[in-house]
Amino acid sequence: MSFKSWINGEEDLLLNNLKTTRREDDHVKPLLTDEEKKSENSKVLNKIYNVEDNRRLKRFDKTYRVVAIVFCVLLAAAMLFTISYLPKVGDPDTPANSSVVSERYIESGLQETGATNIVTGMILTYRAFDTFGETNVLFIATVCVMVLLMLDEKILEKLDKTSDRIYEPDYDPILTLAAKVLCPIILLFGIYIVLNGQLSPGGGFSGGAILGAAMILYNAAMGFGKTQRFFNENIYKVAKITALCMYGLIGTYFYITGANGIDNMIPLGTVGAILSGGIILPIDIAVGIEVACTMYAFYALFRRGGL
Amino acid sequence: MGPNLLANYSEAVAFILFVIGFANLLLQKNLIKKIIGLNIMDSGLYLFLAAKGYITGRVAPIVVDGVQSVEAYINPVPSGLVLTGIVVSVSVTAFMLALTVRLYKRYHTLNLDEISMWLNKEGR
Repeated sequence: MSFKSWINGEEDLLLNNLKTTRREDDHVKPLLTDEEKKSENSKVLNKIYNVEDNRRLKRFDKTYRVVAIVFCVLLAAAMLFTISYLPKVGDPDTPANSSVVSERYIESGLQETGATNIVTGMILTYRAFDTFGETNVLFIATVCVMVLLMLDEKILEKLDKTSDRIYEPDYDPILTLAAKVLCPIILLFGIYIVLNGQLSPGGGFSGGAILGAAMILYNAAMGFGKTQRFFNENIYKVAKITALCMYGLIGTYFYITGANGIDNMIPLGTVGAILSGGIILPIDIAVGIEVACTMYAFYALFRRGGL
Repeated sequence: MGPNLLANYSEAVAFILFVIGFANLLLQKNLIKKIIGLNIMDSGLYLFLAAKGYITGRVAPIVVDGVQSVEAYINPVPSGLVLTGIVVSVSVTAFMLALTVRLYKRYHTLNLDEISMWLNKEGR
């Protein structure tokens, strides 16, 4: 019964049975005060850079540099030597360029994926699983950065008015005007690139990066208060996780139907139209949202410590 | 030396970039400069992959006017691999920079020697 109550959250089994010690939070209680830090710092610096004390260290440093440079030069020489034996750049008959794989992608990519952009067709249908891994890498990277840099609201309140982590310059006419003119255009361009991924150069990754850039520009010009009206932490979470799950679901559906020889419901559409390319368009949109959120989250986390 | 060094100048430049980045990783003490070195290495690799996929006289693999012969387009596989590389390098760079921010907050320095000195002092 106690397990069930633990699942329901009525009882905490660890509450009185686990010995805990308070973790020293480096924000709440700094390791050393500022004066101590300064004197300690100078002591450490003296110890490091004192030649009398550290003749061995200096010798090691010199040897290390020389050995490192020699190693790099040798590495460069070995690489150049190898390159001189590689097949010529631009040669159509090298094993890599005349392989069956790339031939198949070029010759039947349009019929099988419905995308005129062969690279997009390749990475989002034939290699969709690989690209799903990439999207997960982005997701995990933002989670890690959030773990490392997110600040508590309490700490944010404690920062004084001079800290640029919360207080921005009030009104910058040039930047604000430029952002007002440019943001809609950049957003529109980003959406165009995301939606045209299967037809022209572009796709989810590049379009998402442009969308993220527009949001960063808006944020830099208008401040966090205005940005949070349409993009705060909750919307960020929903958008990001929905996009990732959408990609996973579409990819899984595509692979299961394909592997079992079942026709999938997603039509390939007319070649050249926006609504074509089967699963490429929805996956492109999901990837675009994911990348835009990632770019903005990196900026916001490094700048402010919160979204 | 083999016969193709001059014809492969783009690959040679790519690997010189790679070695410059690697030297940065080895020689710089500043953590930010080390990260910049790693990014230079990444750029070298992208250039190498792009050069590998290029075929003289052919165009980017976007089907125009229904031409679908292998003789018309360059190799699309390295282009896709470069995309993967760029995404991973962006993620890794952001992660490393976040770690650097935390280290700076605690030790008030970016010099790797000083940080290891502090770590020794703390007995870790």
